[in-house]
Amino acid sequence: MSPAIVFERVSITYPDAPHPALTAVDLTVEEGELCLVVGRTGSGKSTLLGAVNGLVPHFTGGTLQGSVRLLGRDTREHRPRDLADIVGVVGQNPLAGFVTDTVEEELAYGMEQLALAPDVMRKRVEETLDLLGLADLRHRPLRDLSGGQQQRVAIGSVLTTHPRVLVLDEPTSALDPTAAEEVLAAITRLVHDLGVTVMLAEHRIERVLQYADRMVHLSSDGRAESGPPAELMVTSSVAPPVVELGRLAGWTPLPLSVRDARRRVGPLRERLSHCAPQPRRRRPSDGIGVPALRARGIVVRYGEVVAVNDIDLTLRTGEVTALMGRNGSGKSSLLWALQGSGRRDRGRVAVVAGREVVSDVDLRAGIAPATLNPATLDPATLDPATLDPAQGRQLVGLVPHEPGDLLYLDTVVGECERADNESRANAGSCAYLLERIAPGIAPSQHPRDLSEGQRLALVIAVQLSADPAVLLLDEPTRGLDYGAKRRLRDVVHELADRGCAVLLSTHDVEFVADTADRVVVLADGEVVADGPTADVIVSSPAFAPQVAKILSPQPWLTVRDVQAALAPRTATSGASTSASSTSASSTSTVTPS
Amino acid sequence: MTSTTTSWGSRRQGSPTRPSVRQRARRLPRGLHPGAWWLWAISLAVAASRTTNPLLLAIMLAVTSLVVVARRGDAPWARAYRLYLVLGAVIIVLRVLLHVAVGFKYGDHVLLRLPEVPLPGWAAGIQVGGTVYVEGLLGAVFQGLRLATLIACIGAANALANPKRLLRALPGALHEIGVAFVVSLTVAPQLADSVHRVRRARRLRGDTVRGIRAVGRIAMPVLQDALDRSILLAAAMDSRGYGRSVQAPPRTRHTSGALVLTGLMATCIGTFGLLDAQSATVLGLPALLTGLVLAAAGMGVGGQRVRRSTYRPDPWRAPEWATATCGLAAVAAMLWVGYTDPSALTAPLQPLAVPALPLVATAGILAAGLAAIVSPVPLSTASTTPIPVSPPVTERAQERPRP
Repeated sequence: MSPAIVFERVSITYPDAPHPALTAVDLTVEEGELCLVVGRTGSGKSTLLGAVNGLVPHFTGGTLQGSVRLLGRDTREHRPRDLADIVGVVGQNPLAGFVTDTVEEELAYGMEQLALAPDVMRKRVEETLDLLGLADLRHRPLRDLSGGQQQRVAIGSVLTTHPRVLVLDEPTSALDPTAAEEVLAAITRLVHDLGVTVMLAEHRIERVLQYADRMVHLSSDGRAESGPPAELMVTSSVAPPVVELGRLAGWTPLPLSVRDARRRVGPLRERLSHCAPQPRRRRPSDGIGVPALRARGIVVRYGEVVAVNDIDLTLRTGEVTALMGRNGSGKSSLLWALQGSGRRDRGRVAVVAGREVVSDVDLRAGIAPATLNPATLDPATLDPATLDPAQGRQLVGLVPHEPGDLLYLDTVVGECERADNESRANAGSCAYLLERIAPGIAPSQHPRDLSEGQRLALVIAVQLSADPAVLLLDEPTRGLDYGAKRRLRDVVHELADRGCAVLLSTHDVEFVADTADRVVVLADGEVVADGPTADVIVSSPAFAPQVAKILSPQPWLTVRDVQAALAPRTATSGASTSASSTSASSTSTVTPS
Repeated sequence: MTSTTTSWGSRRQGSPTRPSVRQRARRLPRGLHPGAWWLWAISLAVAASRTTNPLLLAIMLAVTSLVVVARRGDAPWARAYRLYLVLGAVIIVLRVLLHVAVGFKYGDHVLLRLPEVPLPGWAAGIQVGGTVYVEGLLGAVFQGLRLATLIACIGAANALANPKRLLRALPGALHEIGVAFVVSLTVAPQLADSVHRVRRARRLRGDTVRGIRAVGRIAMPVLQDALDRSILLAAAMDSRGYGRSVQAPPRTRHTSGALVLTGLMATCIGTFGLLDAQSATVLGLPALLTGLVLAAAGMGVGGQRVRRSTYRPDPWRAPEWATATCGLAAVAAMLWVGYTDPSALTAPLQPLAVPALPLVATAGILAAGLAAIVSPVPLSTASTTPIPVSPPVTERAQERPRP
């Protein structure tokens, strides 16, 4: 059987780029394999995937050296459209790739292009609807579907042409844990039952690693290693918690799934049984627990649909709260309603403003300080929705789901100066914040050219320049690799330490376990759980992080916790077992400098 | 099944009667071919353009509205008919205002005396201000009504036929143009989403600049977004095989191009001749038919190179023929009356009188109304989909703040 995908000494250089995006990549994927592509942001994952069906360089431009062969067809001689019958490509944003507007027509589109007979098309559409569980949605407009459903339609729409190779670029990045499971189950079913070769890139490796037959690791210089996942994970620059725990405990071969790890966890659990998890992070001695934002009876409705149903929520200074819940449970609506820019049909929000903020607002609004002084008005409360937007953001800052929407100038430095102006902050304060959050961004760069993480950092800096008492982040972890997430965690913790109340919505359980002090779970617009992170997520089957699953019933959440518990013991006892030396060496990889 | 008919009488009281097999077959809900609806609507529009008789126009409006109400689906575009009616009303009002302001006034019955601005002799036909007569005003109302009816007919076509399905029914040679239309139709709501998102995001920055400066700040992210999206869409279409068709030799391309162009020109002339009652008869139907034949031939030649197939194409069956015939009956009746008794089609203004109600024309228009019976009930998207466990419409609606 000939290999499905062959890369031979492939180097790809984009026009005007100083370095090649891929350098001398050799890769062979056999038919029927599931190949996982991992690497940091900007390491060329999308380039590698695009090269499989010739979109790179036919569509994107650039030069390709070496050769890419797909079931014997060379992409130099075949354009992407000529390969459409053997390879299906699903992009990151399914909605952007839809050509038609209903599910059934979208499934048929590819077949129409290949001029398949009408009866064949009809049969395959029905088969695909069943295979991916879409039969109930056949006449529905694509725009009305949820994220997981859209992703399944996108996969279905390339499956109808019966491709032998499927290329997926971050298929689960925008999905909640349950919807991601759904999509991954569909993909593994294709691999197992239909023998489709799948090549997929993913940031949240923990979701897919256990299903992968082969892994390709791209390093930052564009070189690629390929091999069995367990071998490559030993040195990989990105690794899921299960692998980090394996590295910490010195297990060989490394476990790839929670199940693998649980079978070997006995001795580690024994060692950990003597210590309890330490407090999540050092909190500022003063200010913790003082309510910063109080919301009462928040209701948001769109026509008949009640998105947020009578929610009470209190955010405290110095506390990081995570807002979780499936797609469409009302997380974003709640954030926007709290900030005051979005829709709010009922309810009150009161921000207990810090001293500086009150004085700032006084100056701008021309209100006599006495009316807002915390000493005379207890509690000194303000509702951002009733204020001018410029004043509202002094109380509550929101970083939206698409951070790029906030940026409209053509240089980073321009955006920073504008932010200083808007916030009436001292000149250079936004640039200073940006340097603190994400060092090394060239001021003359165009905001659109920044990586996902850098753009997020810029928007956070813009919003922080107003020095809000409360910061809301709407899905900040989307598209971030493990390193960027760790930096985001540090930024959030630093903010909280300075007395800011932070509320962030996310689907990323590992990030929540690592970052949040408290978790609020929404379902159907109502709060169904609210409590300390450990209490809420450990008990939940969908939201439990990998470490909690491995070490349950012990209440550990992250590799950091385990490491912190083990580290002092090895230091005091001075024992140099292989396990402890591994833990010491991995300290540098886990904790960013 | 013969017993069914005989036992009807006894069953009528108790359980609901069972329709016969033939009746049930006709009532199967399905979307009528969009071409049939357009043919029907354009026929009515042509009929409307031949008359200013307010009675005929009113019947036509009633018939159009009836068919729309009876046979429109539950899709968003189906709700647009009301907008077309409002537009029609606005046109009538505008026409009257124009008449009062600058129109040429005529008649005997004085309605309103306004001061008149004297104009030089070469500006005949324009009269700024001046006395308004009942006859002139009614003439303006009827002309406005004619235009409003025309627009209502086009609105009916839009409400009854899915515009995208009409594009899918285009011949192969026009496939690329059809795709461009479909894509642009998809882009419009996305752009609206983008604008909404960016405007809200600006509030987050405390940016309340209005006017021309705000346009730049909103346009930049929106346009960048649109550009990114279109590049993604183009990449997706390319990798799904769009444009795989074989390149045609230049001669075929030129032949089909010339045929289509000539055909379209002839069609335009023919349409003009048909709509304008004063022009020569050769410029009417004969030119239109020649043009259509030429255009069809050109598309046939051009379509040979396109190798693609259509998923579940709309069939053209008896209901389609019947609907189209209903529309054509109205035109035929109107042309017949226009030929035999042209005065019946205009409202008598000088002297003022109650307009006549020509029997043939009325019958023709009412025949067009039969479309509400001969066409099948449209497929309802709401009723065909069982409600899923987690209603995704709800999910989407809830997510509206971050589309």
